[in-house]
Amino acid sequence: MGDYPSSSTNATAGGSGVTGRHARSAGTGVSPSSYEPPIGGGDGLPKKARFSMESGFRGLSTAAGAMVLVIIVAIAIFLISKAVPALRADTVNFLSYKQWFPNDADPKFGIAALAFGTVLSSVIALIVAVPIALGIALFLSHYAPKRLANPLGFVIDLLAAVPSVVFGLWGRDVFLEPVRDFSVWLNHYFSWLPIFGGDGPFGRSILLGSLVLAIMVLPIVTSLSREVFQQTPGMNEEAALALGATKWEMIRTAVLPYGKPGVIAAVMLGLGRALGETIALALTLGTVFSISFNVIENGGNSIAANIANTFGEANATGRGALIASGLVLFAITLVVNMAARAIIYRRREFRDSAA
Amino acid sequence: MAKRIEASNVSSYYGSFKAIDSISMTVEPKTITALIGPSGCGKSTFLRSINRMHEVLPNARIEGRLTIDEQNIYDPDVDVTAVRRLIGMVFQRPNPFPTMSIYENVVAGLKLNGVKKKSALDDAAEQSLKSANLWNEVKDRLNRPGAGLSGGQQQRLCIARTIAVEPQVVLMDEPCSALDPISTLAIEDLMFKLKDRFTIIIVTHNMQQAARVSDKTGFFSIDKTGDPGRLIEYDDTQKIFSNPTQKKTEDYITGRFG
Repeated sequence: MGDYPSSSTNATAGGSGVTGRHARSAGTGVSPSSYEPPIGGGDGLPKKARFSMESGFRGLSTAAGAMVLVIIVAIAIFLISKAVPALRADTVNFLSYKQWFPNDADPKFGIAALAFGTVLSSVIALIVAVPIALGIALFLSHYAPKRLANPLGFVIDLLAAVPSVVFGLWGRDVFLEPVRDFSVWLNHYFSWLPIFGGDGPFGRSILLGSLVLAIMVLPIVTSLSREVFQQTPGMNEEAALALGATKWEMIRTAVLPYGKPGVIAAVMLGLGRALGETIALALTLGTVFSISFNVIENGGNSIAANIANTFGEANATGRGALIASGLVLFAITLVVNMAARAIIYRRREFRDSAA
Repeated sequence: MAKRIEASNVSSYYGSFKAIDSISMTVEPKTITALIGPSGCGKSTFLRSINRMHEVLPNARIEGRLTIDEQNIYDPDVDVTAVRRLIGMVFQRPNPFPTMSIYENVVAGLKLNGVKKKSALDDAAEQSLKSANLWNEVKDRLNRPGAGLSGGQQQRLCIARTIAVEPQVVLMDEPCSALDPISTLAIEDLMFKLKDRFTIIIVTHNMQQAARVSDKTGFFSIDKTGDPGRLIEYDDTQKIFSNPTQKKTEDYITGRFG
């Protein structure tokens, strides 16, 4: 107030120690010639608002956060309540039995073959997809000229938008032939390896399902890894180059270690998609309930594909059994994710100090 | 160990923009040469041209001739990684590899050059850290992350990493600009010590630093923004700071310009 001697004549809100909270706007409305306090506040200290956007938004976001927990708990209760009666009715060991006859009067079903097929097809898919995805990501982030990298990255992202049923149909009707020929060739030359053994028929195998899965997880792993690689600090890349590193050595010294946690996260997301993939595997796998490491003979099955294939003709016990298998799938995903987090957590000291 | 650097009519470009215009200077072995001048005058560009780090940036190129002991640095047959091993570089901001420990940082250059023997790496790490006046501070925590050190220690770690590969020349691009005065002093002491083994070229904005540490000083300047940087004067440091021949140099070092 001392700074604005002229304001004493027409100030409306000034003077008192604590003013109403709209002191500023009140000042502007009086007349064109009226004194307007500066943004920083020339008058008394305004009161704290009791209700405002601030507390309202805080309440909204807290409610949203709490809702996630409520939904998860509700889903878990629902699934467990459906699964337990079916598991009680099961006349064999659910964890070790390989067949799936939950609709019989004398229900016999087990998760062993399904869980095995799920994990095997996903692991093979990752073994195929991850090296290719990392290669593409590095090419896009460090080798390709910008004019090529951007459209190519866009095409890769587009691949992620293709619905899985399209991949499944394509795998069953188009991709099957080359995979069958390849399987015959593998069997001819490498049948001494148990995974490529057997007498056929070949084609609708774990290999076909895995390759289709690989194509499906490729874009996820690629675009996330590319994002991570691009964030490597330029000064670390320059440090490596200034030590006399070639481009590949620079990538090995600066880019890959820096991107490692991000790549692991990307691979885990890809694995999550592969483990949960339903329709593409339902269309490409041979639907055989057995535990076999032979990847080229007709066969294979997965938890999600089995749910899609058998849900239609399932009775109450059958549905409960399928829900139980879904819980097992959830448990597998959980274990995988926790393992990944543990890997990332182990090197946290290095990651945190880098910031 | 140390070698002579000769530049004749070196011009560097970023695309069509000419950053420096025909720089010629000779840097004698086992000396410290300071490059001073206002921001944007091309000191760093010239420095990065010496170890071919300039060409890392897209569309960057140079004209003219740069030699190290008579060998052309820009000869098309020369392996660029060999040039950079011969002419090491310390950057403005400390840039230890964030994923590596102190030990791994120091031996990173050696590992890149195929040294695998544990004992050789251990020796080199200890020697380099001792040369960089860092050994006593970190010898008990070599496996801790390098990025966890203080700024001054990180910069000395980067110097240790640079000298571990035993280059002939060490380039320093404003190595103290991100550091406090005590760390700066530690690095200046270190430079005196390293002068016995290496040719050192340092870019600095700190004129007291240039006056304190260097044997020779080059003053770069530009006429106006957008013009290429030129070497205005290059002489003994003492002469530059007491009796420069060029009016521009005098204006700059007395603080009347830039």
